[in-house]
Amino acid sequence: MTMKPTPTRDGFGEELALIGKENKNVVVVSADLEDATRAEYFKKACPERFFTLGIAEQDMIGMAAGLASEGFITVANSFAVFLTNRAYDQIRMDICYNNLNVKLAATHAGVTVGEDGASAQCLEDLAIMRVLPNMKVLCPMDTIEAKKATRAMLTEKGPCYIRLSRAPLPVLTDDATPFVIGKANVMRDGKDATIIACGVMVAEAMGAAEELAKENISVRVVNMHTIKPLDVGVIMACAKETGAIVTAEEHQVAGGLGSAVAEALVQGMPVPMEMVGVQDSFGQTGTPDQLMQVYKLKSVDVALAVRKVIQRKKKV
Amino acid sequence: MSVKYNLSALKAQALQFRREILETLETAGSGHPGGSLSAVEIFLVLYGVVMNHRPSEPKWDGRDRLVVSKGHVTPVVYVTLANFGYFPKEELKTFRKFGSRLQGHVTQKTPGVEFNTGSLGHGLSYANGVAMAAKLKGKDFKAYCIMGDGEIQEGSVWEAAMSAAQYKLDNVCAIVDYNKVQENGLISEIKGLEPLVDKWKSFGWNVIDIDGNDIEALIKAFETFKATKGQPTVIIANTLKGKGVPFMELKSAWHGKAPNKEQLADALKVLY
Repeated sequence: MTMKPTPTRDGFGEELALIGKENKNVVVVSADLEDATRAEYFKKACPERFFTLGIAEQDMIGMAAGLASEGFITVANSFAVFLTNRAYDQIRMDICYNNLNVKLAATHAGVTVGEDGASAQCLEDLAIMRVLPNMKVLCPMDTIEAKKATRAMLTEKGPCYIRLSRAPLPVLTDDATPFVIGKANVMRDGKDATIIACGVMVAEAMGAAEELAKENISVRVVNMHTIKPLDVGVIMACAKETGAIVTAEEHQVAGGLGSAVAEALVQGMPVPMEMVGVQDSFGQTGTPDQLMQVYKLKSVDVALAVRKVIQRKKKV
Repeated sequence: MSVKYNLSALKAQALQFRREILETLETAGSGHPGGSLSAVEIFLVLYGVVMNHRPSEPKWDGRDRLVVSKGHVTPVVYVTLANFGYFPKEELKTFRKFGSRLQGHVTQKTPGVEFNTGSLGHGLSYANGVAMAAKLKGKDFKAYCIMGDGEIQEGSVWEAAMSAAQYKLDNVCAIVDYNKVQENGLISEIKGLEPLVDKWKSFGWNVIDIDGNDIEALIKAFETFKATKGQPTVIIANTLKGKGVPFMELKSAWHGKAPNKEQLADALKVLY
């Protein structure tokens, strides 16, 4: 039986509560959004190890650093906008510079936040998190992967950021799908081009590949669930074997997954590349689906980019 | 209960610390004398009398944790740690030089330093986390946090102040080095802190208002902290910026500038 679309925040919250029961060394700090981030599942399971700091993200991160320095695996949670932008100096100094075992769980990333509008739709978090030394950056594609990513993140030592959705996302993986931090998953094989995507855009990429197959275009789809450390090996193999790359992310085209892939390609194996993402603008109010259309993040937009990159490849 | 200490020996040590701070700064050619000289007694009393610590075992689990939130006062931090045996005094000559363990702002590269700082307003939240961890683990070590007076203009300090009171972190002791001067002038003319005692009181803290260059007053204040239950303590240490060198005192110009050879010689002549 296939699962109905589910927000990745749900997978995070459920797995975190489970791990909390297993491991008394896990603590959670919060800034009054635990209901929405699903960290409240942990709060209910392990109330003695849950600390709210009120609406004070900087304080939350500093507190997390203190707890982590004493040996606790510490998870801080909020919406991506507040967590990464409001507390950036604390993340840089307290967590990354001190290299502490703090996990940043950020929900409500991207335009699929919907009706709350631009202020709540974080489109720059992947960029500003991945430039920080010591930081790992994860962006799971569905709720099952979010569970695995949550467990992997808590198991591995050091700072880690995980980007999660508010919107229900199609569930395309299952319990048997592997998840290793830094190891991308090939979701579908193909030879004419490769789409490298993360988060909600993996499902859109799969839709695009399906459409293009009808035109006899064979497209490989890679789920790049780890933006840092980037799986450069897979990117090089895709460049060599398909000769054209499209990246797709629910994020500004500058600085995020596309930029990371481009950095690897230009240094290793330059091939024609197109980037699907938000083109240097803020979001707005609307339904998630309306906004995905307006910001050209749908499977049709990804398919368009693939056709374009294949045309360029032919000219090379 | 009263702690044993030798006041005249501590006073002599404070004078020696000041001399070594000035010499270290002159060798480095850059750094922060004003807020180092004002805080000498605070560091001396913490390491010499108040805190449990083992210089030969800097990460000893039972140690009290000290967070230097005003991370630029490395001269007083390093001189203190060297004098208590955390690393050879000779190493002070490498301060602010490439490859040194004695970086411009405090880092854990230096034995005895708990937490890298250098961006102001971070230390108190971290100290709260350490204190919370102590309570979770049933340990009785304390978390001390030294902040600058200009530093507490940062809003994050007050976020942390609210949290410490909310969670009744009576194992947290904040120390405000109230030397009245910040980089570009007098605190009172830039963004005044008064009424400072009332501010902290209204945030739910046990407030101890003392002369922060008075060794006995400091020792007494820390004793009061240790005896206080159910709320965090802040010591408002009224100090003198640049204390000990009359031409540096209360001068914002000496916040972040090292003395040259002649100035060092002049300073050592008048040092008290």
